[in-house]
Order: sequence, then structure tokens, then C-alpha cells
Amino acid sequence: MAEQAATDLRVIDAETSGLRSIASDFSSDRQAFRNVSWGKAMMWIFLLSDTFVFSCFLISYMTARMSTTVPWPNTSEVFALTIGGTSLPLILIAIMTFVLISSSGTMAMAVNFGYRRDRKRTAILMLATALLGATFVGMQAFEWTKLIHEGVRPWTNPWGAAQFGSSFFMITGFHGTHVTFGVIFLLVIARKVWRGDFDHERRGFFTSRKGRYESVEIMGLYWHFVDLVWVFIFAFFYLW
Amino acid sequence: MVDVPLGPAGAVAPSDLDDVELYHPHSWVTKYVFSQDAKVIAIQYAFVALSVGLIALVLSWLMRLQLGFPGVFAFIDASAYYQFITMHGMMMVVYVLTALFLGGFGNYLIPLMIGARDMVFPYVNMLSFWVYFLAVLVLVASFFAPGGPTGAGWTLYPPQAILSGTPGGQDWGIILMLSSLIIFIIGFTMGGLNYVVTVLQARARGMTLMRMPLTVWGIFTASFMALLAFPALFVGAVMMLFDRIFGTSFFVPAIVEMGQPLDRNGGSPLLFQHLFWFFGHPEVYIVALPAFGIVSDLISTHARRNIFGYRMMVWALLAIGALSFVVWAHHMYVSGMNPYFGFFFATTTLIIAVPTAIKVYNWILTLWRGNIHLTLPMLFALAFIVTFVNGGLTGLFLGNVVVDVPLSDTMFVVAHFHMVMGVAPILVIFGAIYHWYPKVTGRMLNETLGRIHFWVTFLGAYAIFFPMHYLGLMGIPRRYHDIGDMAFVPPSAHTLNAFITIVALVVGATQLLFVFNLFWSLRHGRLAGGNPWHATTLEWQTPETPPPHGNWGKTVPTVYRWAYDYSVPGADQDFLPQNQPGITSVVPGASHG
Ligand code: HEM
Ligand SMILES: [Cu+2]
Repeated sequence: MAEQAATDLRVIDAETSGLRSIASDFSSDRQAFRNVSWGKAMMWIFLLSDTFVFSCFLISYMTARMSTTVPWPNTSEVFALTIGGTSLPLILIAIMTFVLISSSGTMAMAVNFGYRRDRKRTAILMLATALLGATFVGMQAFEWTKLIHEGVRPWTNPWGAAQFGSSFFMITGFHGTHVTFGVIFLLVIARKVWRGDFDHERRGFFTSRKGRYESVEIMGLYWHFVDLVWVFIFAFFYLW
Repeated sequence: MVDVPLGPAGAVAPSDLDDVELYHPHSWVTKYVFSQDAKVIAIQYAFVALSVGLIALVLSWLMRLQLGFPGVFAFIDASAYYQFITMHGMMMVVYVLTALFLGGFGNYLIPLMIGARDMVFPYVNMLSFWVYFLAVLVLVASFFAPGGPTGAGWTLYPPQAILSGTPGGQDWGIILMLSSLIIFIIGFTMGGLNYVVTVLQARARGMTLMRMPLTVWGIFTASFMALLAFPALFVGAVMMLFDRIFGTSFFVPAIVEMGQPLDRNGGSPLLFQHLFWFFGHPEVYIVALPAFGIVSDLISTHARRNIFGYRMMVWALLAIGALSFVVWAHHMYVSGMNPYFGFFFATTTLIIAVPTAIKVYNWILTLWRGNIHLTLPMLFALAFIVTFVNGGLTGLFLGNVVVDVPLSDTMFVVAHFHMVMGVAPILVIFGAIYHWYPKVTGRMLNETLGRIHFWVTFLGAYAIFFPMHYLGLMGIPRRYHDIGDMAFVPPSAHTLNAFITIVALVVGATQLLFVFNLFWSLRHGRLAGGNPWHATTLEWQTPETPPPHGNWGKTVPTVYRWAYDYSVPGADQDFLPQNQPGITSVVPGASHG
């Protein structure tokens, strides 16, 4: 009798949708998320953890901004560029944001072509994504240089609360590091795609595991995440 | 009718590929040093963690010597005392307990208990250990750095942690401590992702979540919590490193140091406390939940009785895990906060007592009319229950704002947290080692040495920490190098302190006996066979003991029942292994949990 219930539970087919399918996935054996590969599951959970990291950074920055006794510098002036005699507030950041969001587009296309096993296009689109990412980091380096020339340091700046420089370098630096790692991995995976590793099941250099086109998608998850985080940094640090 | 495992659904699930994907080492180095086998990694983790534990133990002796016989040991001056306290606390909590439960037991038991061949990403798993090892090296290096290790207290509260009045504050100490923590967190993340994904996505056929042994549930929940709690410590550590190295003022308000106003202002010391305890409180449960899980399995196995209320146990674990993220500010009652916040955090804190009490009742009901074998693992498990209840009760005192405020920063707190997160989990670790050592080595640990070890440790721990409650109620402060001759300190307090110290030395020495036992039994222990405890879980059903690379030989087991089929009526043995088909479970519905 008890066993009857057990088998019934298992009979629930994969077609059921919504909450019931979640429940049946979770009560199934072997996998809680059916047809989600190990790599993808790992990336999702890593991103959840990383979300906590960025949230802590952003909340800490907001706390610092509220606790400091000196006024906060006006970001639209600080981050303005003078082009052709007119001062354009946040122009560089706007371009950077545009570049990064576009790179999410090329990434999404790369994933699509990856699953069609279109090696060439996938690789090219990934390279394009990497290039856009590198451009973003380059512009960030330009921004850092400009601010450093103007006297902004982690511990001080000419316009107001010292925490401005501290938070700026820390948060954009941490995000920039994420983008940089993303670019490196994009290049590595693009090379694998180009060489046809995923078609010939060539084993990885470190892990000695066979690669699959899914790597492109997993890479994409990370990349979209980094872009999304930037939107929050943009909103909370630059626009506020 | 027997429960038939599920067929592959649609596309080929990745777990069907695991035989192909298993990495096979070829050289001695890749087998035993840079090994990707979770079992080897587990032993590496355990070995390093236990070694750090010995260092932390020696530090506790030194502290006790100073407290028991103030001034007799000239080299333990105030600075040294604070350095010992800090390193002792941080090592015990993070580098010993967390690493041992998750890195050690997690690596060994998860794949074996859920019927997998290895962790899902063995290479990353290997990196995890080596990064952890690096973190330990950096931490230990601070003993040799100019200025010595940091003396900021394990909570590392700024601004004192980075100012010159604190040992290591303006030297290397605090930098190495924070760097080591950051490295540890990176290493843990690699391991933690593995543990979580392996449990979620790589179980054997028939192994549903609700059939997993509670050990796996405990380690799984704790790993998941750690992935969400460590980020706060990570961010706090990065920001404090900025404050220390670049002179930023995240945590430093306008301040006067040694009579000199510093060129800093506007930082928030409270911010660090929030970040620290957002990590710190869940950390308590990161250590406790694996202990809960393991203890459930020890009790059930050694009382030959199915666990009482399995489902409730699982939900209680998850509830405790979730609740522990909303109680952190109970560590900050004396830091000052809006009374409504205090009320909120006191309420959530006390609510945690409900699922925790459920677990304790279920353990007792499991023992109720069980066929209790007083084996070493069972003794340690029983000792755990008593100790944990004890520490939990003082926790109810400290959870209330008005009671906490006078007790905070006294020896009462030291007694409380040593009971609940020092002694209790350590008892489980010992019990677990006595329980699983036969699987790891093929031999039993020596029983006589084990019993001496148990009784001295158990009674000794009470002799050490019980009196501290009284010292605390008397008002003896915590983190004091020398309480001196204050009017409120009666001479008997000094006698008590000397007594505690002597017991602590004896208990410490007994741990060396345990270490000796670990090595001695490797060669001389009684041969254990594959399943000495007649346990049901999968790790005892491996074709070979110790289990070889790949764990299961040719075929991965199929699971037909939950983990607690002991004393099933009508069965010819008093236990039914999880991979044995036929015969209904004891509890209706238990076959699927
Ligand atoms: C033989 C066993 C142990 C002895 C004798 C011992 C002794 C001590 C002593 C004397 C202190 C300093 C009290 C003070 O002056 O405030 C202390 C602090 C502490 N211990 Fe232990 N301890 C032991 C085991 C453990 C274990 C297993 C843990 C694991 C959680 C632990 C965690 C801590 C922590 C977190 C602190 C606080 C450090 C601080 O105030 O910054 N101890 N211990
Ligand atoms: Cu707490």
C-alpha cells in the first residue's frame, strides 16, 4: 500500500505544468531540475551567490553615502565630459552602458548559433562580445584615469565626501574585474568553438572533460548577469 | 509492489554520462596530492582542518594559563592574549569547523551517500582544497609576520581592528587575516557549488530528495547557506582592507588615535557589524546543521530505529536555515539600535527555537524504546543532544534584549557559545569520525582509547564551561587579559579560574590521545569489514572498503527505500540497505520519504 503511493508519485509525467511540474521535478530521483545540466545549475547558483556579493557592495555604498557628514559630490558634474565646448553630463557612462548592453545582444545571438552548431558565426559573435566587453573596460580605464588626474583618490577627492572615491573605485573596480574575467573566458570558449572542440568532443586541458556547445550558453548566463549588475550600478551610483 | 525507478526523461540527462566523464588519474601525484577524487580531497581537508584545530587548541591552553594563573607566564602579555583569542576564535569557527564539516564530511559523504561516483566538478573541487590550504598558510603566516597576528577579536570590529592600539592593527596582522578570509571564501565557493549541485543534480536512480539521509540534507542546507552568507563577510573584508591599505573611511568615523585626530571621517563602524553578523549568525548554523544531520543518522543507526518524523526533520532544517538570515542583529543589542529593531530581532531569534526544539524532540522520540547500543558514535551523539540543549537554553536568555544587555561581554556569553557551537559540533565531529573511520580506512578505531577520550572530553567540557556561566553572572567580563582584584570579584572566582584551566589542560591532552588513536588504528585497528554498524545508507554498501576511485565498481546503485529502514517487521535482518529491493518499509509512505 505504501509502495502504491510511491509509484503513483512517479507516474506524474513531465507534461504537467506550473507548480505541479516543479513539485514533480523536486520529488523525482536523480535531478531536482530536470534536463538542467550540471554546468548550468552551477552557474545559476554561483550567480545567486554573486548577487549577494554585489548587493552587499551596493548596500554598503548606500550606507556609507548616508552616514558620511560631508555632502556627496554631484555625479552628473563629476562624470561629465566636455566635447566641442559643451559639457555633456554622464555621456561616457551612457556610451559605456550602451556598449555593454549591445554586447548582451551579440552574446545572445552567439548562444543561438552555438546550438545550431554554426561554428563560424558563434565564434565571431563571441569575439564581437569580447571586443565590446574590452571596449567597456577600456572606457572604464579612461574614466579612472580622468578622475585620478582630477585628484580623485580612494581616500579623498576635491568635491566632497571621501567615501565617494572609495566606493567608486571599489565598486567599478570589482565590476570591471568581472567584465575582464568574462572577456578572457569569452576568448577561451570562442577559440574552442572555432577549433571545433565541441564537435570533436575534444577534452579540456585542465578538466579533461568533453566540452559541449552548452558552454556558450553558460558563458552567456554569466555575461548577461554582469550586464545586469552594471544597470544597477549605473542606477544607484551614477544616476542617484 | 516495488518502487520502480524513473526512466530517462526525454533528452539524455547529464548524469547518464557520468561513467564517461569520470576522470582517471594515472600518476601517484594526481592520485594522492593533486587528486580530483572527492574522497581524497575530503581527507586532505580533514587533515588540514584538524591540524589547524590543534593550533587553536594550544592557543586555548595559553589563554587558560593566563586566566587561571595571571602573571605567572610573562610571555602572555595583554597583546599576546588578544592575539591568541582572535586566532583561536577565527580558526575554530571558520578554518576548523566549517572546513571540516563541509570540505571534509561533505566531500566524503555526499557522493557516497547519494550514490554518485564523484562530485560534479572534480577539478574545481580539487582547486577548492588548494585554495583553502593557501588561506590557512596565509593565516598561519601572520604568527611570523612583523607585529604578529591581529588581536582584534574574532569579530574584527573596526575601527579598533585597523588602528595602532590593537596588535597587528597597523602591522601585517589584520591584512593577513582579511586576505586569508577572502581566499578562504573563494575556495569555499568552489567547493560549495560542487556540494550543492551534486546533491541537486547527480543522485542515483531512485534517490529522491526525500529519501536522502539527513546527513546529506544538513550538509546541503549548510553549503547553500554558506554560499549566501559568506558574500557579506567577503564584502566586509574587502572594505576593511581598503580602509587599512588605502586609508579609506568606510568603517572609520571621525576619530582620535593616541591623542591625534585622524584625517578620516564619515565612516560607519556599525556597517561592518551588520556585514559581519549577516555572515556570522548563519555561520553558527552552517556549523550546526551538518551536525544536526549527522547526529540524526548516528542515533538512528545505533538505536536500530527509524528516525522519528523524517519529513519534519527536513523541513526543520530548511526553516532554521532560512530563519537564520533574519536574526543577525541579536549580536548587536549593545551596539545600540532602534528599540523596534531589537524587538524584531529578539522575536525572530526566539522563533528559531521552534524548529530547533522539533529536532530535539524527534531525536528523543527516535531513541524512545530503541535498541540503544552505547557505541562510541552513540555516546557522542547523546552527549551532543544534552550539550546542545544546554547551550540552546542559555541562548534563550541572550536572545532577549533586556537580559542580554547585562550579560553581553561577560563569561556567560563565552560559556553559551562554547556549549552551543564549540563543544556540541565538536562532539558530533568526534562521533562521526568514530562512525565513518571504518569506511575510510577499513579498520575500527581503538575502543578503549575511544572511551577514555569520550568520558574525559564530555565531562571535562562541562567542568570547563559550566562554571563560566557563574563567572559571567558574577560580572566577570569576557576578553579580559587579567581581571585583577576588583571589589566585585570574590577570591573564589580566582580559584574557579585555576580549576577551569587545569581541566582544560587535561581535556586538551586527551585530544592528543585521540590523534594518536587515529594513526595507531590505521595499522593496528580491528578489521572492520564493509558495514560494521549494519547501517542502511549507501556508503556502507560499496563493493570495496575503503571505496576505490569511482566508488561503485561497475554499476551505480539503485535506491529503493529511504535511509532509515531499521528493525523492519518481517525482514530477516534488522536493517534494509537503501539499495535493497523488496519488503515494505516500516513507516507507511516511508519508501518515498
Ligand atoms: C578545549 C576547548 C576550548 C577552550 C579551553 C577554549 C577556551 C577559550 C577561551 C579561554 C576564550 C577566551 C575567553 C575570553 O577571555 O573572552 C575563548 C574564546 C573563543 N573560543 Fe574557545 N575554547 C575551546 C574551544 C573552542 C571551540 C571548539 C570553538 C569553536 C567554535 C571556540 C570558539 C571560540 C570563539 C569564537 C571565541 C571568542 C574569541 C573572541 O572573543 O574574539 N572555542 N575560548
Ligand atoms: Cu547569532
